[in-house]
Amino acid sequence: MIANEVAYNGKVEGDVIVTKADAVINWIRKHSVWPMPMGLACCAIELMASAASRYDISRFGMEVMRFSPRQSDCMIVAGTVTYKMAEVVRRIYDQMGDPKWVVAMGACASTGGMYRSYAVMQGVDTIVPVDVYVSGCPPRPEALLDAMIKLQDKIGNESSVKNLKKRASAVAE
Amino acid sequence: MIDQDFTNSLLAKHDYLSKISHADCLTLSCLPADWVDFAKFLNQEEAFELLVDLTAIDQGDTADIRFEVVAHFYSRIHHDYLRVHIDCLDNESPEVDSIASIYPAADWHEREAFDMFGIIFTGHPNLKRILMWDEYPYHPLRKEFPLAGIDTPLPAADVVEATGASVEPAPMMGGPFVSPGSGPMSDAEPRAKDESWTEQIEKPV
Repeated sequence: MIANEVAYNGKVEGDVIVTKADAVINWIRKHSVWPMPMGLACCAIELMASAASRYDISRFGMEVMRFSPRQSDCMIVAGTVTYKMAEVVRRIYDQMGDPKWVVAMGACASTGGMYRSYAVMQGVDTIVPVDVYVSGCPPRPEALLDAMIKLQDKIGNESSVKNLKKRASAVAE
Repeated sequence: MIDQDFTNSLLAKHDYLSKISHADCLTLSCLPADWVDFAKFLNQEEAFELLVDLTAIDQGDTADIRFEVVAHFYSRIHHDYLRVHIDCLDNESPEVDSIASIYPAADWHEREAFDMFGIIFTGHPNLKRILMWDEYPYHPLRKEFPLAGIDTPLPAADVVEATGASVEPAPMMGGPFVSPGSGPMSDAEPRAKDESWTEQIEKPV
């Protein structure tokens, strides 16, 4: 009977759960990603749609859009990044607390898209490290949700404790 | 609507005006010295209260008059548009008087024309760039400026230090999509003018 159980059983194992610190930290982090909507063009409309009731990003624990970089974990760059805006994007990224992630939403944020011109930065990865790229012009809300789930998978596989130690030693220096 | 009588009386009243033939609306050419007076007259006497658009044209550096400023007015009394061309007499540093004190709408339009074409609007209350950043050294809508852009440093020193980013010419990748600009309309549709160069393939000089 007991041998067949796959789930946690308090009677057998007591009030203790044994796991890895990475697993716990990542589990907590990936289920409360607070996005920072860096809405720069039409992609931001799809971003709003994915937050609204029909697509409902809160099913995946990512509904808490914060307009303050200090409170957010993941910057969703939704739209065309012009060279004039690039410094603002970078500065907002710098203001976000660690750990932080970036999603480049749509063709413009990923590569400059159809704007092969003097005014548009050819991909936001020139100034910030991007974790997930989403194709589309603009991407449908489902595509964004898929990207965010991919980001959750990525967060789930991070070596959080090691990164934490690395960051602490960097601060100490 | 503006009729022939109106046009004739306007031309008779102001000797600095001349008519340019256009299919759509009455188009006048105005001498730059009298531009402010004419704008004041249009606003106060002829009920052209709305400045719809103000922009500029670059005719290329072989033209006698390289830069023209073009303004569109609309009158709710006449129910019609009026277009005025003003030649910039100096091709090197084009200058035109500002009409921002008469039409407040001209303020940002003149800043845009200054930003994109480098036309100086004398008497403008705040003539600085509106789209590109203040330190940007070029005027992007001039004919000699390439669509892809020119290597330029970014304005923020701290961002440049952190990322090493700068303004780089955009890869053309089959583009740009342009109209040949001549020939019958049916053949003049925008086509990919294949100036292919990418991050890997060098830009042709």
